[in-house]
Amino acid sequence: MNYPEKLTKEDIAYRASIELPENSYVNLGIGLPSLCAKYLEPKKNIIFQAENGILGFNELSKENEQNENLIDAGGQFLNYVPGISYFDSADSFAMIRGGHIDVTVLGGLQVSENGDLANWMIKSRGIGSIGGAMDLVTGAREVIVTMEHITKDNKFKILKNCDFPLTGVNCVNKIITDIAVIEVREEGMFIVELAKDWSLEQVQSLTEPKLIPSKIIKDYVTR
Amino acid sequence: MSKKQIYTSFDKAIEDLSSNTSIMIGGFGVQGGQPTNLMIALRDLNLKNLTLIGNVAGISMITGYGWKNSDKDNIIDQSIFFQKNQVKKIICSFPIPSQRNPMSEIEKAWVNNEAEVEIIPQGTLAEKIRAGGSGIPAFYTKTGVGTIIEKNKETKIIDGEKYLLEYALKADVAFIKAHLSDDKGNLIYKGTSRAFNPIMAPAAKLTIVEVDKIVPSEDIDSERIGTPGIYVDRIVSVNNELS
Repeated sequence: MNYPEKLTKEDIAYRASIELPENSYVNLGIGLPSLCAKYLEPKKNIIFQAENGILGFNELSKENEQNENLIDAGGQFLNYVPGISYFDSADSFAMIRGGHIDVTVLGGLQVSENGDLANWMIKSRGIGSIGGAMDLVTGAREVIVTMEHITKDNKFKILKNCDFPLTGVNCVNKIITDIAVIEVREEGMFIVELAKDWSLEQVQSLTEPKLIPSKIIKDYVTR
Repeated sequence: MSKKQIYTSFDKAIEDLSSNTSIMIGGFGVQGGQPTNLMIALRDLNLKNLTLIGNVAGISMITGYGWKNSDKDNIIDQSIFFQKNQVKKIICSFPIPSQRNPMSEIEKAWVNNEAEVEIIPQGTLAEKIRAGGSGIPAFYTKTGVGTIIEKNKETKIIDGEKYLLEYALKADVAFIKAHLSDDKGNLIYKGTSRAFNPIMAPAAKLTIVEVDKIVPSEDIDSERIGTPGIYVDRIVSVNNELS
């Protein structure tokens, strides 16, 4: 099958940024998810939490103004802005595990039909880093996964069952990829948006579980 | 003890530690909040069979993670103990960098069967340590249900939801890092350099704190003490303003 051009990581991050509701507390994962921050409109009043112990940051620091005491969990140095609060790791995970974070956006290696997520270990490697991911997927009210739709060697990442070690069970609400937006519901996986020039059949051919067409399938929202 | 031991040498502050000891290393696993000088002194003490407890571990030296560009030539992380084969076991949440990077010292030690590596979800790790310092022997949490973290753990259904029983974690020694201390061990932290420091301080039999400066109590704002002195045994800094 011939396929149209895929969207970029920046497009995925932009699309995920639209999902973040006004006045919400959000934790963005390392890598692609952290790119969401640059597309947010200030009027949405979104407050970011990073698990190393900071709430309310919104600016990266300049390279020559790095402060070792002002950093996010992904290792990006930040600028101080009024309204920031600092706290220790017990408080940080009380926020996450206690259900106080509205949305988390995380990367994914695999997502299954019922919303299981695997994102901390490549099976063949045998070891990996969990960090805060298992706490975020159990504690955050909504879990959005951003990832490329298939692997670099053309294997499914959206599967009937994950074969990599799981991060969480039945925890993913939405998957935003470089070709589609998919909602994980009780009844199955619903396709709600298609990237430009992509057909449902083409996306299905790169997805193991059966995709259910949503009542209205919209165009993937891009910049 | 309410009388604190105060040092100006990192080597002297830890010279009586021995092999087969469990040591918590505070901070998050980035430059800020890490007790770097205590770690260097520990490496140079040449102990063996250590059990280390930390969060992000062994990532910075291989990736630059969390260190200022201006200090990139002097990065120190928990890899230094693995380079000298001093570790029996490490308990942490994030010891393996992404596949784009070379293998870390911790992954090498794991591959070669030289050290045991126990990986724990970060929030569970924090709560185990908090519980350890607070006289709480165990607690239930939802984190890890349905994953390999559940393996061999007791579970319980509470209000229709499944939880794992996790046990508290304590150590022989904690190395922590703060900005300021007075002679009573009252600590002031800066910014994001809190992380695991305030929860590790109560969780060890011997807590040694590295500070930027030791100052008179008049210069410590009681309203913003992050760790009260009761949890601190030894204070070490090259900058001591006490007369």
